[in-house]
Amino acid sequence: MNGIYFIKDIVLPPLLEGTWVTIKLLVLSIPLGLLLGILIAGGRVYGNKIISFLCAGFTVFFRGTPLLVQLFVIYYGLPSIGVYFSPFAAAVVGFVLCSGAYHSEYIRGAIQSIKSGQMMAAQALGMSKFKAIIYIIFPQALRRALPGCSNEIVYLVKYSSLAFMVTCIELTGAGKIVATRYFRYTEVFLVIGIIYLLLVSVVTKILSMVEKKLKIPGLE
Amino acid sequence: MTENFLSIYEALPYLLRGSLVTIGLVGGALALGLTLGIPMAIGQVYGNKYSAGLISFYVWFFRGLPVLVLLFLFYFGLFAVLGLDLSAFTAAILVLGLRSAAYQSQIFRGAMQSLGEGQMLAALSLGMSKAKAAWHIILPQALRISLPGWSNEYSIILKDSAVTYAIGLMEIMTRGKFIATRTFKPMPIFLTCALIFLILTYGGVKFLNLLEKKVRIPGYGTEREESY
Amino acid sequence: MQKDKAIVLRVEDIYKKYGNVEVLRGISFEVKKGETKVIIGPSGSGKSTLLRCINQLTIPDKGRIWLENEEVTHTRKNINQFRQKIGMVFQDFNLFDHLNALRNVEIGLIKVKSMGKDEARQKAIEELKQVGLEEQAHLYPAQLSGGQKQRVSIARTLAMDPSVILFDEPTSALDPELIGEVLEVIKKLALNGMTMAVVTHEMGFARSVANEVIFMEDGKIIDQGPPRKLFTNPEHARTRKFLYKIAELYGRSAEKK
Repeated sequence: MNGIYFIKDIVLPPLLEGTWVTIKLLVLSIPLGLLLGILIAGGRVYGNKIISFLCAGFTVFFRGTPLLVQLFVIYYGLPSIGVYFSPFAAAVVGFVLCSGAYHSEYIRGAIQSIKSGQMMAAQALGMSKFKAIIYIIFPQALRRALPGCSNEIVYLVKYSSLAFMVTCIELTGAGKIVATRYFRYTEVFLVIGIIYLLLVSVVTKILSMVEKKLKIPGLE
Repeated sequence: MTENFLSIYEALPYLLRGSLVTIGLVGGALALGLTLGIPMAIGQVYGNKYSAGLISFYVWFFRGLPVLVLLFLFYFGLFAVLGLDLSAFTAAILVLGLRSAAYQSQIFRGAMQSLGEGQMLAALSLGMSKAKAAWHIILPQALRISLPGWSNEYSIILKDSAVTYAIGLMEIMTRGKFIATRTFKPMPIFLTCALIFLILTYGGVKFLNLLEKKVRIPGYGTEREESY
Repeated sequence: MQKDKAIVLRVEDIYKKYGNVEVLRGISFEVKKGETKVIIGPSGSGKSTLLRCINQLTIPDKGRIWLENEEVTHTRKNINQFRQKIGMVFQDFNLFDHLNALRNVEIGLIKVKSMGKDEARQKAIEELKQVGLEEQAHLYPAQLSGGQKQRVSIARTLAMDPSVILFDEPTSALDPELIGEVLEVIKKLALNGMTMAVVTHEMGFARSVANEVIFMEDGKIIDQGPPRKLFTNPEHARTRKFLYKIAELYGRSAEKK
């Protein structure tokens, strides 16, 4: 039976290549998505009526529609108005926008949970509102938003598989190609499943290390 | 500009028929998830070590794998291995339903555990068996507490239903792509798809919120989470 | 004691309305250099709002405020520069929860006054010594008692070298046994010549430290005068009534000599 050899020699190499693409997708999308989330949340809470409205609208759209639709609009739709993205770039853009919207909700909730006295005390010292937001509010809000944002990051690890739907050959895509060629769907996708479970474990571990490092007594 | 609106107008009936498929898919998956999720939750909270362990494994598997991978695994792989020849629709309901069961079981489990052991103890002391107590006392309360989490689950399954495009199910996304390629008007078509999803999401959640209000018991603190 | 000192803080005719409720109805007073003014009065009389109007955390509807002869209200000048010179100590302490005691005291110096890190650290340690908390410098607010938190908050305010410090019921949120340590620090400041306006219910403290006591009710100043006079022989019936109630509450006779 060529079971094990099949997996080792034929399936694994392309899968590992695909995993590498997945990792590249994530390394770009996760930090950028978080950054966008911070900006949108800040705009929503501290911006004027127009900015706040736009940020709210952004969040409504990107949380109320499937990621797949967003990816299709970016990869298949935008070219019709002259904006061209490679499959990889389209995927990253979609992931950043989508996860940014979800992050912004967690961060917004966290900001609003900070007592108003913190802002008052910062301003009483003579800090401008901007300085107070950066040095006093955000450090606390981001710590509070960490559980929610960690959750969202783990989701993104799994939903990165949708990049295949816009022809970016990451792990799932690589698997489908190999599986189709050799008619061995079950084995291939079980291996893929294991790899995703490993990826999620690694990311979860990193996130909990980050959480530990940022922990401050009394700040939950 | 007018050709854009024209293309939307012509595509709409076709797309809306797709949304019927989507709604059927979502409803079926939620129902399957509910039917399996409740016993799984009961098994985890009140069952023995082995059943609880088995259920935990199930939950870990179905929550840890991406939806797309589960769809490919089952539709192209496992169902064939088991000799089942299922339509994309049936396969999709099964996969999304099994996955939803994993998530829903955790919602119900959390709700049941938040009730505290007092309820079960009181029921047992009245002479009820564990099963009767779970059904008549624990469940009615747990289900009400679960409603906010459940409306979240609805919007998640709705969005995940789009992924069934990958196995060729003729729901909204597949039809949208079909038309977009033929009419060379991807932008308006896909934005229309987005709009349909927005309406389904927002409308569905509103409906579930009304439902929650109707079954609310005075004095029960249910935490309102933001959900879409 | 009545030297001709410079006026540090001048408040003129402050009005403030919240919705339909007029919280401040024409408040005027002044604080000279080195003076301690204590403001007493029933809850809801607008005392906290008044303090917040002074450093413009709340904008008054009408009225003017001067700090050392510069007008704070109606000015294009950056309010943040005024706030550096007006210190504020809050009832709820409002320590920055993500920073330890030392960093709490430092941060104003580093981020607002643009002081160098080493210089700021030195000054912060000095101020913590002043309030008796140099050992607790590395603890976080959640690890401090209420009295310690308030003392750090005072150190944080002192570090900015303000011209006047406003205290908004500094001990009202403290357990009784912790009130003393905070009052001690404030007394020390007064004896060292700091210009202060203190809103408080602590009558004993007011008596021993105030140069003048102001009694506010329903947004107006009803009575004011040196503590001796106000506590033993107030002019107005309402002042008497209030002091009597306080005396009952605290078990001390405010009318005792």
